[in-house]
Amino acid sequence: MAARTRRRLTDRPDFWGFLFITPWLIGFLLFTAGPMISSLWLSFQKYNLADSEWVGLENYRRLLWHDPLFWTALRNTLLYALFSVPLGIVGSLAIALLLNQKVRGIPVFRTLFYLPSLVPSVASAILWSWVFNADYGLLNMGLSWVGLPTPQWLQDERWTLPAFVLMSLWGVGGARMIIFLAGLQGISETYYEAARIDGATNAQQFRHVTLPLLSPVMFFNLVLGVIGSFQVFTQAYVMTGGGPNNASLFYALYLFRNAFEYFKLGKASAMAWILFAILLALTLIQFKTSKRWVHYEGGDA
Amino acid sequence: MRRVLVWCALLAGALLFTVPMLWTIATALRSQEEIARDPGRLLPEAATLANFPAAWNALPFPTFVANTVFVTLVSTLAQILTGSLVAYGFARFQFRGRNTLFYTMLATMMLPGQVTMIPVFLIWRELGAIDTFAPLTVPAFFGGGAFSIFLLRQFFMSIPRELDEAMLLDGASYLRIWWRLIMPLSTPAVTTVVVFSFIGNWDNFEGPLIYLNSTENYTVSIGLRMFQDSFGTNTGQLMAASLIHIVPTIVLFFAAQRYFVKGVNLSGLGGR
Repeated sequence: MAARTRRRLTDRPDFWGFLFITPWLIGFLLFTAGPMISSLWLSFQKYNLADSEWVGLENYRRLLWHDPLFWTALRNTLLYALFSVPLGIVGSLAIALLLNQKVRGIPVFRTLFYLPSLVPSVASAILWSWVFNADYGLLNMGLSWVGLPTPQWLQDERWTLPAFVLMSLWGVGGARMIIFLAGLQGISETYYEAARIDGATNAQQFRHVTLPLLSPVMFFNLVLGVIGSFQVFTQAYVMTGGGPNNASLFYALYLFRNAFEYFKLGKASAMAWILFAILLALTLIQFKTSKRWVHYEGGDA
Repeated sequence: MRRVLVWCALLAGALLFTVPMLWTIATALRSQEEIARDPGRLLPEAATLANFPAAWNALPFPTFVANTVFVTLVSTLAQILTGSLVAYGFARFQFRGRNTLFYTMLATMMLPGQVTMIPVFLIWRELGAIDTFAPLTVPAFFGGGAFSIFLLRQFFMSIPRELDEAMLLDGASYLRIWWRLIMPLSTPAVTTVVVFSFIGNWDNFEGPLIYLNSTENYTVSIGLRMFQDSFGTNTGQLMAASLIHIVPTIVLFFAAQRYFVKGVNLSGLGGR
């Protein structure tokens, strides 16, 4: 902080700094702040592009008490998040741990694990529809090979959500894994040396050195993972259209339908704000509980 | 011994992750008749490229590709230019409200897109821009999103300020410093943002689905979905069409890979 006393040349002009961030500021007002206010206002309207009418909390009341599909969509999304987020974190951490070992061919393996997350979502949805094909699909062929039952994945409502969770795991080698890997590579070797001198086994080193030092990264992945899992849209739209019997009707899909297929823009806006409230609550809970398990180097964060 | 185990685990995992992709390629290389007879083979009996031209010509794919390339290039270019200017502003200047604005920007990362989606749609509708590329490209001219600005700003902070000062003393303008010093020294971060932006735009489905109505304006993702509806029973062609969609992102990734991982690491996304 000693540098503060000597004013740096580059620090001088207020005007220039403000000028440089202006594009973002304008975009924020036009595409984020403004629309947020009007979407809140819309959520109190009955609005279908032609006429609008102030209905107060009616949209919210109807969603919560008179729309069984709203609850179906919320339940599907919560179940999906409950499985895909923890499994995704464990999977991407496992891959990162493997890739952090000193063995031959790491760059090739890193690329192979990353490739699935480069596949555009529509292409991946089409690819997985074929993998999940009950009669000809790769998955059922593999399952029957090892003598396991072969479900009608996308046609059987009991198996549709598991199929979506399974498909989400194809992407565990992507950005989350790279972030874990970067975190692992940032842990100083001296911690492990100290632990070994104290006689710690590999498992103990993982438990008492790696996990605590990686917890901020895990927290980051958890928060963004939960938010991401609530926005599953493309795969459901392309693969199942929400079926069978609404088993893959996710929140974002139902919201999209209300907005752009039924043009119930007020109701869809109310859904968006309920989603926002849920995500805000979940994020706050994660921040509150994080104090117990997230360890920041050098004390407080 | 431990290394052998790690290597076997890596190999098994990599195989598991690549098999769906290999199977897609195999299916694209086989005739419909062969697929129907024996769908499971990983190696085609008689490999043929016939599915690719057939898929390419079945729908106006050249138009879809041209549209997607246009939207993707304009958005990516706009995002890296305006995003790096904003990041430069946040990284190098003191001004009133800077921290408040910076944290506001970070907070927008947590805002689900659905909250703004409908009013933004109404704005474009009011402007008569439905079924044009404007709703898909114009927003990129305003910094192009918090994530890329944040990534660039973190990287810019790691460049020593003495370099800026040396250029200032030589009489360079701030714009010149941004273009001549900051940008060239930030190749890993710039590449990372370009790759993310390119993939994001190439992949975008919901945006084109909302805004594009006429077939001649479709992007590949929407076109592919249309192809699935009309030719879904011809699996070989469908897989060939999907591969046409996949290839550009993979080519770009390989071209940029050298900088890519570095960009993520150095931007402090590693957590500390």
